[in-house]
Amino acid sequence: MTAILEASGLNKTFGAVTAAKDINIAVARDEIVGIIGANGAGKTTFVNMVTGWLTPTSGAIRFDGRDITGLAPRRITRLGICRSFQVAQVFMTATVFDNLMIALGIADSHGLAVLKPLRLAEREARADAILRRYRIHEYRDQVASTLPQGIRKLLDIAMAMVAEPKILLLDEPTSGISVEEKFGLMDIVMSALKEDGVTVLFVEHDMEIVERYVGRVLAFYQGEIICDAPPAQALIDPKVIEFVIGDEPQGQAMRERAGLAPAGEGSDA
Amino acid sequence: MTQFMDRTVIGLTLGFALVALLGVFVLPDWLMSQVLIAFSRALAVLGLVVLWRTGLISFGHALYFGLGAYTVAMLGKDLGVTEVLITLPAAGLVAAVVGFALGFIIRKYREIFFAMLNLAFSMVLFGILVKTEALGSTDGFSVEQPTLFGIGTEDSTVKLTVLFLAVCTVGWLSAVLVHRYLGSVLGSLTTAVRDNEIRVEYLGYSVAQAIHGKYVMSAALTGLAGGFTALALGQVDPESMVNWTVSGELVFVTVLSGPGSVAAPFIGSLLFELLRTYAFELVPYAWQLIVGGTLLAVIFFLPGGLWSLISKLGGRDRAAQPGGNRGEGER
Repeated sequence: MTAILEASGLNKTFGAVTAAKDINIAVARDEIVGIIGANGAGKTTFVNMVTGWLTPTSGAIRFDGRDITGLAPRRITRLGICRSFQVAQVFMTATVFDNLMIALGIADSHGLAVLKPLRLAEREARADAILRRYRIHEYRDQVASTLPQGIRKLLDIAMAMVAEPKILLLDEPTSGISVEEKFGLMDIVMSALKEDGVTVLFVEHDMEIVERYVGRVLAFYQGEIICDAPPAQALIDPKVIEFVIGDEPQGQAMRERAGLAPAGEGSDA
Repeated sequence: MTQFMDRTVIGLTLGFALVALLGVFVLPDWLMSQVLIAFSRALAVLGLVVLWRTGLISFGHALYFGLGAYTVAMLGKDLGVTEVLITLPAAGLVAAVVGFALGFIIRKYREIFFAMLNLAFSMVLFGILVKTEALGSTDGFSVEQPTLFGIGTEDSTVKLTVLFLAVCTVGWLSAVLVHRYLGSVLGSLTTAVRDNEIRVEYLGYSVAQAIHGKYVMSAALTGLAGGFTALALGQVDPESMVNWTVSGELVFVTVLSGPGSVAAPFIGSLLFELLRTYAFELVPYAWQLIVGGTLLAVIFFLPGGLWSLISKLGGRDRAAQPGGNRGEGER
């Protein structure tokens, strides 16, 4: 396996609190990895360390063979790791189209090229193509603050993708999205990402989403990785069921499949 | 229309040409003098508008105004350099260099801290000037007669006309350049930084760098404004060049003008100058009442400044767009 992302001996403490403890993982190119865990388990801390928002207390992160530990977010973005956020981070007073134009403008420009005009016909055509690809073209001229949550999430992800990253980290892409919308949104996102051949790590609480879209699961508990396996194995792992899935209704199904609970128990929950 | 000659550039060119022609052939000296002072101040307001669009307000740009003014005055007094082609660029340059140095500290702050830190730096300069006898202390000192291409004149009308044409030229050029800047990728990072610094960083651009650049630009424009004002008044002193009231006046005119267009500072500044003159004539001891009341009316009814009124009247109430020029009040 050729690892595109490696974390070794990664630790992060905030005073007496340990948010990440001896994390060691290697992610292969084109893998789709789901990061699961209860609130406070260290999932977002891990994402924040990989993307430069937090500097690890100790340990190293290597991307494509290069040490990126402690680099600023913009440097890591320029190297090819981009991210979306649990709460969509878009330019609220700009239209959907303008959000993408700014994102494209920054991605295209190096050095003094930032002084060139933003509005170029070729760039506008690309922005429109991206909007169509993420199926948000009908919102093109709508101001971002007025968008439904799901559309704003798609815009956030589309903006993260304009730099054509090698790795994309999605922080809870379906949080705040209705049950009816979540699969639709994920289908759009995953098909777009598949076309780009990008390696994806996404934090997710929804086990149905995890089961359906990822090839590998990293389960976090108290800052540690307690399970690293394909979803078919990870989601029936007793430790994952106990510390991650817990008493959730989805957990019951997992427990039944793992043979840890009799079928039908709690099915009306 | 070419990329360079868009509607705004054509409007600016025609507008400044018209004002220049009116000044030379129609306006009386007193009114030409008012336009000179107003357009000088507008250069500083232009810089503050760029900061405002980035979500930043400075209550201390008198620092750069004073630096520009004293640079012009000191070049004449101490070095005998009166050539405006040297003194005016020097005014902008000195302000830009100081802005660049202070920018490393200031760019870390936002909102009220950004505003007040600028004020603090300006008050330091005020204190230094007040205590420096070599620079005339509180009385200041006179500015040497300016020269252009080495030629000077004692004729006040000729001098006024030359300065007036110079401020029109520099005003036009500055407005066009700032307009082009706002239409660039970097310029789009004004409203983008204001809206969401996290996203800007995660798109791969340094927010600190973006703010720093805009801060230096505003400092340079304000230094230039101070230089022109020193030449127009023929005198520099701490009270009228560096005091906090000067900073307040710049913010006042910025709010009055609105951030909707690069033309707004020139229109707003001229209206402010005329308003103040006539208010003073009407009620010499309470002119602030009229000026303050006007600002209140603008804040309540035209939060996008006077430019939003012009936009509405002209049917150009455009949506905010990066690479375009839309105002805060039109959000």
